[in-house]
Amino acid sequence: MTTITYLEAIRQALFEEMEADPRVFVLGEDVGAYGGAFKVTAGLQEKFGEERVIDTPISESAIVGAAIGAALSGLRPVAEMQFIDFIACCFNMISNYAAKAHYCWGAAIPIVIRGPYGGGVHAGPFHSQCVESFFLNTPGIKVVTPATAADAKGLLKAAIRDPNPVLYLEHKYLYRRIKEEVSSDVFVPLGKAIIRREGKHLSLVTYSAMVHLAMEAAEELSRDGVEVEILDLRTLSPLDEEAVLQTARKTSKVILLHEAPRFGGFGGELAAIIAEKAFEYLDGPIMRVAAMDTPIPFGSPLEETYLPDVKKIVKAARKLMDY
Amino acid sequence: MPVLTKEQQFDLLYYMLLTRRLEEHLVGLFKEGKISGGLYSSLGQESISVGTTYALEKEDVVSPVIRNIATVLIKGYTPKDIFCQYLARVDGPTKGKDTTLHFGEIERGTVAPISILGPLIPIMAGVALAGRMQKRKRVALTYIGDGGASTGDFHEGMNFAAVQRLPFICVIENNQYAFSTPVTRQSRIADLAQRAVGYGIQYAIVDGNDVVAVYEATRKARALCLEGEGPFLMECKTFRVKGHAEHDDPSKYVPRAIFEEWRKKDPVDHYVHSLLDQKVFTAAELSEMENKIQQILEQAKKEALESPLPSSEDTSTGVFRV
Repeated sequence: MTTITYLEAIRQALFEEMEADPRVFVLGEDVGAYGGAFKVTAGLQEKFGEERVIDTPISESAIVGAAIGAALSGLRPVAEMQFIDFIACCFNMISNYAAKAHYCWGAAIPIVIRGPYGGGVHAGPFHSQCVESFFLNTPGIKVVTPATAADAKGLLKAAIRDPNPVLYLEHKYLYRRIKEEVSSDVFVPLGKAIIRREGKHLSLVTYSAMVHLAMEAAEELSRDGVEVEILDLRTLSPLDEEAVLQTARKTSKVILLHEAPRFGGFGGELAAIIAEKAFEYLDGPIMRVAAMDTPIPFGSPLEETYLPDVKKIVKAARKLMDY
Repeated sequence: MPVLTKEQQFDLLYYMLLTRRLEEHLVGLFKEGKISGGLYSSLGQESISVGTTYALEKEDVVSPVIRNIATVLIKGYTPKDIFCQYLARVDGPTKGKDTTLHFGEIERGTVAPISILGPLIPIMAGVALAGRMQKRKRVALTYIGDGGASTGDFHEGMNFAAVQRLPFICVIENNQYAFSTPVTRQSRIADLAQRAVGYGIQYAIVDGNDVVAVYEATRKARALCLEGEGPFLMECKTFRVKGHAEHDDPSKYVPRAIFEEWRKKDPVDHYVHSLLDQKVFTAAELSEMENKIQQILEQAKKEALESPLPSSEDTSTGVFRV
C-alpha cells in the first residue's frame, strides 16, 4: 500500500495497463513529451514510445475517430480530452458511431475516452462542465465517475479492459486534493455502487467530487443526530439500480446530489426510478441538490453560488427531516 | 502497370453487372412497398466501388458508404445478405436493426458506415494506424461524397492521417450532387482532390466512370501508401443519374441536359462495349453471365423474402457487449 493522489492513481492505471497489454495505447492533445495539460500522462511516452503515446492535432473528432478505428482493429485505445468540455466537438463520433456499433452490427468498440471534468477550480464555462447528461440518454456508452484515488485507479483499469466504449470522467478538483493509500492490485468493476457511510435517517445518493461534500455535510448533520447514508454510484451507466433502491428503502428519505445543472440532470432520472420502484417506502419528497441552470461561471462568488456546497446539502437535509 | 488478365476483366464486369442487376431488384422491391426507408442507388457510378475494391488485397480494410454496394459484394457479402438487410430480416448482417450498407466486420475486411458519413474518415485513419501498429501490410480505404467532403470530420481525419503518414486511401466520389445541393455550393475549387495540397499529401483525379482507370489509380495509391507515402486522396468524377434516393425526383433540381450527357457515359455499358470491341468477351459469354447473375439474384431474393422478421425480444439485446 502506498499513498498516492487521485491523479497519480489514474497515471498508474494507464502505465500498468499499457505495460500489461500491448494493445493499450494513448492518444490526445499534448499527451506525449509534455505529459498532458495536467500531467496525467507524464512519463508514458518516455516508457512506451511515440507509437503508443500519440500527440494528435487539435482535432477531437479525429482523436475519437482514430480510437474507434483502432478499437475495431483489435486495439485498446485510451483517448484523452484535454478538458472534458471539448468532448462536445466529437459528440457525433461517440453518440452516433461508438455507442451504436455493437447494437447495430455487433462490433466491439473497446475505447476509453477520459478527461478532466467538473468545476470548483475557477476555470470558466468551457473548462469546468459536467457532461454526463450529454451521454446518459444515449444507450451504448458506459459512464464512469470515480470519487477516490483507489476508485480512480480501479475503475480506469476496469474501463480499459471493458469491451465497450467507456466515458471516464475524472474530476480535476480531486486531482491533487485527494490522497490515500491504494493497494497495488486494486480493481473496481464497472456498475457497482458503494456505501461510503452507513446511516439510517436519510440517504445522499451522489458521485464524483460531490461524494466528499456529502461526507462533510453528513458530519455536520450527525452533530444534530441525523445519521446520513452516502451512496457513491461510481458508475452512472450501467447504473447499480438495486443499490439506489436499497438505500431508499432503508432510510425512506433521499437527496440526490450532483454537480451538473439540475434541469435534465441525472438526479431527475434517479428520482424517477425511486418513485417508480420504491414509492411506498418513501417518507418525504425525493429532493435534489445540484448546480444552477446556468453555464458555469468563472469568477469566485459566481462559481461558488452556482455549485452545490455543504450549506445547501445541510439545508435540504433539514427540510427533508422535517417531513 | 500490368495489363489486366482476362479473368480479372471478367471479374470486373461480373461485379459491375451484379451490382446493376441487384439494384434493379432492390428498386423493384421498393416499388412493391417491401423495402421501407430509403433506397440509395449507385446507378451510373458502380465503376468506382468495383474498381477501387477489386484493386485491394484480402488483408486490406474498406468501409462502404451508401452507394458502395459493389464494395461489400467484392468483400464477400452475398446478394442474400443485401436483400435481407434492406428487408430487415433476421438473416441480414444487422438482423433487422439497421438498413442500407450499415454493416461490416473487420475480420472480413469491412467496416460499417453510419448515416452521417464524415466519421468514416478518422475511423478508417484509425484502422490504418492500428494496422501499422500491428505490423500488418494493409491499407484502409473509404469513400466520401462531394457533400461529405464538406464535413469537419473529413478535414480532421485527413489531416490526422497526413501527419501520421498512414496507409489510408480516401476516395471522393464526386457525383456532383449532395441530395439537391450542387458541388458548386459545397466548394469553390473545381477539383476536390486539390485539398490534398493543404494536407501535404498526394492525390489523383480519375474518370470515375472508367472502371479500369479507377482500378489502376487505386493500385498506384495502394503501392504508395505501403511505401509510407500515404495517405492518398483520390477524386473520382462521376454523376448521380438518379435522385438522392428512390423517393426523390431529381428533375426538380438537376438540369435535363446533364442527365442526357451522363447517360451516354454509363460505366457498365462503356465497359461491356470496350470488352466486346477488344474481343475479350463474346456476346454469347455476356449473355451467359447475365443469365447466371439473374439466377443468383432470383434465388437470393426468394430466400430473403422467406427469411423471418426479427423477434421483438431482440429489441433490447446487444446494447453492450457482455
